[in-house]
Amino acid sequence: MKATEQEEKEYEQYIKQVTPTHNTFWNACKAFVTGGFICLIGEFSNQMFMKNGVSKEEAAAWTLVILIAAAVLLTGLNLFCKIAKFAGAGVLVPITGFANSVVAPAIEYKKEGQVFGIGVKIFTISGPVILYGIVVSWFLGIIYYILQLTGLISGGIS
Amino acid sequence: MRQGKYSQKFENSVYITSAASVAGKKEGEGPLGTLFDYVEEDSQFGQDNWEAAESQMQKQAAEMAIQKAGISKGQVQYLLGGDLLGQNIATSFGVMDLDLPVFGLYGACSTMGESLVLGSMLMDGGVGDYILCVTSSHFATAEKQFRYPLEYGNQRPQSATWTVTGSGAVLLGNQNGSVKVTGVTPGKIVDFGVRDSMNMGAAMAPANGIIGPFCLQRI
Repeated sequence: MKATEQEEKEYEQYIKQVTPTHNTFWNACKAFVTGGFICLIGEFSNQMFMKNGVSKEEAAAWTLVILIAAAVLLTGLNLFCKIAKFAGAGVLVPITGFANSVVAPAIEYKKEGQVFGIGVKIFTISGPVILYGIVVSWFLGIIYYILQLTGLISGGIS
Repeated sequence: MRQGKYSQKFENSVYITSAASVAGKKEGEGPLGTLFDYVEEDSQFGQDNWEAAESQMQKQAAEMAIQKAGISKGQVQYLLGGDLLGQNIATSFGVMDLDLPVFGLYGACSTMGESLVLGSMLMDGGVGDYILCVTSSHFATAEKQFRYPLEYGNQRPQSATWTVTGSGAVLLGNQNGSVKVTGVTPGKIVDFGVRDSMNMGAAMAPANGIIGPFCLQRI
């Protein structure tokens, strides 16, 4: 049975009233602190590499590798979930969240085999990010190309 | 015999002869903890994957209900059972060893009630002496099938429900029991337009207001 529009509206209002929600401000604070802390670790590692004679680009790459490895390890140790529960976007938005979203299905579906388990399911969560990331960069590339052809931005095409 | 529009009033005796429940650790720590027949600390129930764990749990509950009634499994006429997974896989593998004819049910959260409604109607129809109704769900299998992998880090909204790790089995009989089923009223599907999959409570609550309670009579 489908409820009438009036009933649906009334019910929706009632649900809004009684459903408990997280405190957005407090959540944002926690995300700010933990996200900032992760950036601090990243910056620290960046500086350390550069101090030891690694080039700026290479230092950035090494920092990413370290953050990804840490997230993967923490996921395997069943600690990432607990951190994410507290930190929310603080750990999910940096590359640590992306790493976790790839490893988690890999662990979960390992039982179903290397190909049909891990292989098929590994990108179930991160897949959309990869797909639309590529699509958007492709579109931006076309816009960039057109702007260059029309001379609105300088340089590039020879 | 039909009563009103959708209800049935039974002419023959239908009793709840025995019932058994198996639950997981978290459930065991809850307010109902002491009421479960068996609480398993190992969420994998000694198996090597979540689905097998759920099957094991269902098998334990079914066997326990039969044992409590003091009958042999050969005396059970039919088994009505279901779970939340694709192809009712927890039930299929869980009750296979009982070697009984099985009717697989899929009513999501209403599977237990559905099995009791159908089981009671069959019993009233005189199909046999005992009918076993079994249902299960497992937090990890439900998360895997409907939500995210367990290790995926996210913040659950406070309205998110937590799928029970547990199984219940009820043995219906036509001779004796502490509760008599005198009739049933099955429910209809109710949609109040809740689109938030993380607020299942809100989506399901209206159904409770409409489904009539079982007609049970304590004796």
